[in-house]
Amino acid sequence: MTQLDPALGEPRGATPPAAPLVFTGDDLEHGKRTRHTWLWIAGLLGALLITLPVAVGLGPVAIEAGTVIQILRQHLTGGQMIGAWTDSEESIVLLLRGPRVLLGAAVGAGLALAGVALQALTRNILAEPYLLGVTSGASTLSAASILFGSAAGIGSASLAGSAFAGALAAGIAVFLLARVGSQMTSTRLVLAGVSVGYVLHALTSLLIFASDDPNAGRSVLFWTLGSLGQATVQSALLTWAVVLGTLVLLLLWSRPLDALAIGDSTAQTLGISPAKLRAAVMVVTALCVGALVAASGGIGFVGLIIPHIARLCVGSTHRKLLPVAALLGAIFLVWADVLARTSMAPQELPLGIVTALLGAPLLFVLVRKLNPTQ
Amino acid sequence: MITATDVSVGYGGKLVVKSVGLHAGQGEVVGLIGPNGSGKSTFLRTLYAALRPRAGLVTLDAQPLEELRGTELARRVAVVAQETPTDLPVTVADMVLLGRAPHRKALAAFTREDHQAVAAALSRVGARDLADRRYATLSGGEKQRVLVARTLAQQADHLLLDEPTNHLDIRYQHELLRMVGQLGVTTVVVLHDLNLAARYCTKLVMLENGQAVASGTPEEVLTPELLLRVYGIHVEPFSVRGALQLVFSMADEHSEPQSTAAVR
Repeated sequence: MTQLDPALGEPRGATPPAAPLVFTGDDLEHGKRTRHTWLWIAGLLGALLITLPVAVGLGPVAIEAGTVIQILRQHLTGGQMIGAWTDSEESIVLLLRGPRVLLGAAVGAGLALAGVALQALTRNILAEPYLLGVTSGASTLSAASILFGSAAGIGSASLAGSAFAGALAAGIAVFLLARVGSQMTSTRLVLAGVSVGYVLHALTSLLIFASDDPNAGRSVLFWTLGSLGQATVQSALLTWAVVLGTLVLLLLWSRPLDALAIGDSTAQTLGISPAKLRAAVMVVTALCVGALVAASGGIGFVGLIIPHIARLCVGSTHRKLLPVAALLGAIFLVWADVLARTSMAPQELPLGIVTALLGAPLLFVLVRKLNPTQ
Repeated sequence: MITATDVSVGYGGKLVVKSVGLHAGQGEVVGLIGPNGSGKSTFLRTLYAALRPRAGLVTLDAQPLEELRGTELARRVAVVAQETPTDLPVTVADMVLLGRAPHRKALAAFTREDHQAVAAALSRVGARDLADRRYATLSGGEKQRVLVARTLAQQADHLLLDEPTNHLDIRYQHELLRMVGQLGVTTVVVLHDLNLAARYCTKLVMLENGQAVASGTPEEVLTPELLLRVYGIHVEPFSVRGALQLVFSMADEHSEPQSTAAVR
């Protein structure tokens, strides 16, 4: 070999030995970051606690938040009557608006969690149970089980099970349609979701009109646009249980979800099996969406807007994102429902119309922001 | 120390890697080279258990890879893999913090020490000021540096890199590989560029159609005869301040050989 003697380069192997990580006082302002998240969670929790009694009080018969709290306290503790309120006010709080607001908060939180989970699963900011047809799947099978279940001897007890099965089946169908190799592009995912959603919407409406349901029109509205009007104390508590369970499970998987949101290889190199995690998260999300749809029909856009706003507040780390999104979703849906039942009173708007009016503009922004090369 | 013995990998009925061996001793930088489709990346994936070999054994410090659980493996082997971009807005700090995940329990918060490790890792690659930027907005060179910072924060003593110099400007290619060499970590790196391989690797393994056709020092592996056979290209080797560098020419340019001072 010719020996050249240019000034460039340095001989191989002559590099200095390893400089291990040098820890300095620099901790990326760890304390500030942690406080920031807790402030958001505490602030939102406070906002939710104020929202609940205020929202219960709002309606054709206005009740002061203080009275709402007193009625609840008396009912829960069984203590002496400390304030003065009418029987109708008491039944509005305990039987009508109370369960409705409680259910609204649970559904909002659950939809936001489902949105966060599906977005991490697909690495796509447009993923959302409604837009991906998951909600429609749950609607179709729930409607079918209500309309024909009792005739077939299954009974409406199978409602939640049907909703879950429908959500899972629709989710899997959309993923299979959208998949190219192991990659899922935004365009294909949304197109697959919208087309599966359309088919299932049509199927739901067809089922309802084919049945002898005297209130067919209203049923269709319920399953496609959602409503909290059928809330009961039981359905609200059951939904809360499912949503809290979902939150705990997703929090347990928050680090793996962080890795999955970045990529399958990244997950693999951090000791996580992407396929197993994806399947587990999909099942949990479908369970959650199934329970929500069974109780409140198909409400769109909450799972799209709320995770996005939550990311603006606390960033993309799921440990922070999940609780903040759940709280934001709960507050958002309670107020959306207040709008739905008061803006055109005594007429009640389907809840999905309000969430779509609030959510669709954000969808425009996200679509504009999407990377054109994908 | 990473040792692979007689590793074979297949997809479906086809073997893509056939009985390949590799040994990377403590602190060595071993380069995996070979033409497109020769099985480099596939073989690398077996070294961090992303693929299970059909036959053969991979050991990490003499311990078989399959005996190590996921997070345990992740604490000892860090990987910079080819990744498709995500739509989700992830900050650089979050990206590097992920390297700390194998060190923490599922529900445990990241500690001050974790954040210090991230700051130190980012400083080490000269990317501390990028901490709060969105990863997707970085240039190719900045992204690769951040990924290397994540492997540093992971504090694993083995490093695997899959074509880390892809899409990088020439300066960043050299910067990155020089930095990797200075880490003193046992490294296996898949490289396309033979001059980079010659300059920054202590040992090379050359693959062709899934088989190891040569291994040893760059001087032993990057011979004109072998490169002509495997890549179909003529090579004139030079020694530049102790490092082997190659000048390439197509076969049809070689009607007048020995036109330069190259001595074989």
